[in-house]
Amino acid sequence: MKELTNYTASTANSSTSTEREIVISVSNLYLSFGSQAVLQGISFNLYQGENLVILGKSGSGKSVLIKCIVQLLKAQSGSINVMGENIDAITNSNLDELRKKIGFLFQSGALYDSMNVRENLEFPLRRNKRKYTEQEIKEHVTLVLERVGLLSAIDKMPAQLSGGMRKRISLARTLIIDPQIMLYDEPTTGLDPVTSNEISQLINQIQDQYKTASIIITHDIACVRTTAHRILLMHEGAIYKEGSLIDFETSDDPFIQSFFGKL
Amino acid sequence: MKKIIPIHKAVEFAAKQSMRLANKTLEKKEIMGGIFTDLANFTLFVTRTFRETFSREFEVKEFLRQCFHMGNKSLPLIALTGFILGLVLTIQSRPMLIDFGAITMLPGMVAISIIREMGPVITALICAGKIGSGIGAELGSMRVTEQIDAMEVSATNPFRYLIVTRVIAATLMIPLLVLFADAMGIFGSWIGANLKGDVSFTLYYHQAFSKVDFGDLMPALIKTFFFGAVIGLVGCYKGYHAGRGTESVGIAANASVVIASLLVIIVDLVAVQITDML
Repeated sequence: MKELTNYTASTANSSTSTEREIVISVSNLYLSFGSQAVLQGISFNLYQGENLVILGKSGSGKSVLIKCIVQLLKAQSGSINVMGENIDAITNSNLDELRKKIGFLFQSGALYDSMNVRENLEFPLRRNKRKYTEQEIKEHVTLVLERVGLLSAIDKMPAQLSGGMRKRISLARTLIIDPQIMLYDEPTTGLDPVTSNEISQLINQIQDQYKTASIIITHDIACVRTTAHRILLMHEGAIYKEGSLIDFETSDDPFIQSFFGKL
Repeated sequence: MKKIIPIHKAVEFAAKQSMRLANKTLEKKEIMGGIFTDLANFTLFVTRTFRETFSREFEVKEFLRQCFHMGNKSLPLIALTGFILGLVLTIQSRPMLIDFGAITMLPGMVAISIIREMGPVITALICAGKIGSGIGAELGSMRVTEQIDAMEVSATNPFRYLIVTRVIAATLMIPLLVLFADAMGIFGSWIGANLKGDVSFTLYYHQAFSKVDFGDLMPALIKTFFFGAVIGLVGCYKGYHAGRGTESVGIAANASVVIASLLVIIVDLVAVQITDML
């Protein structure tokens, strides 16, 4: 699926009109919890190799949106197409295969408490249909831990790790399956500015090394400035504005300015 | 002199009472609706567990880990409980049996009490507290910290990995724990008999088992599989369906113990009725 798009990438691509492959296409998505409308007609595309930042206040439906993309939540109407597959009409086994191409970094890290770092990282590999040898598993674990700079933590339990370390290990766990798409749910929330910056830099490195398409859910403007190629601003379950970082930083809209610290 | 209430006040009072009654009825209806919804969800949960148990991809390693966790780690508690149960039962029964001149019946009576009823029920109730609350709290905490979601997005079936393994482990481990508790109970009973008397273990053992037959052991053993299944299913259901806040973990653990204990008693009642009919 290809489409002619024009967006200005602040860090990676500077072309204004490029033919790019769509990896995720969301169309007219609606979801309510009881009487509370959470998503109200969301539509957007994610292109190959881009970092799309979804910005918005807490409760604006950002996390719900990416959970719909991996089918942790089911939308009431609308369609989601991931790498050419309509996920509403997909079989369970095909959904599992598709999920193996998607890395999901949870807000809390979601490391398995009963397993140490090594076992956490081995978990997705041991459950893969492709049988890895013990040597391959060991190599994969070492490689991803080196990538996130935490090889020394291999035998630690999650409870022994700091917030930043947990995020890095969680990131390593998603990278171990060589994902083509990365979904980050508030990757810098609860971290100090130095660690937040390290995580943001790591997101860019992953994008460079793995050539992934990423959706980054955040309300951390420093993270937005470091990672965003394109930004979607959500407000009350709908897309308020879409554009580049420059579009947002130069906007006169008071609501947008309130995010970028100009009010 | 009789006080006359104006008609408009009487009408107002009647209207208020009617409204109160209507609201109470609606509240009760909502509660009953909630109970039936929960019951329907639990039935679906049990059906899914049964279906997934016979799927090809059984998580053997996690199942063995759970067996070790539930069986081995509950052993000291069950051993101590069983021992005290036998000891207390003997100390309490001894004077009465002496009064009736039936002291020789003591080993048999205690053995039958422990094997048929006390051992299975007390062990199951303790396991409902230890294993049921453990499962409820662990799965509830995994739900709250998104670990179950993480498992699902990494293409692992969390139901097969977390629920099936725990339910099967509980179903198989509780009968073993009950047998161990029974043995400890009879040993405790022998110690109790020796506090004020003198009887060898071999003689006591022979006297105890001369009164017990296969028909005492089998129905008691069969019902313990159901006790185990109930404890595993309730703990898993409450934990897996925990809410999103940390408070839900406590609620899931608490509800697991209360409901599993109640169901153990109900299953015991049904089992006794069935055994009685046979």
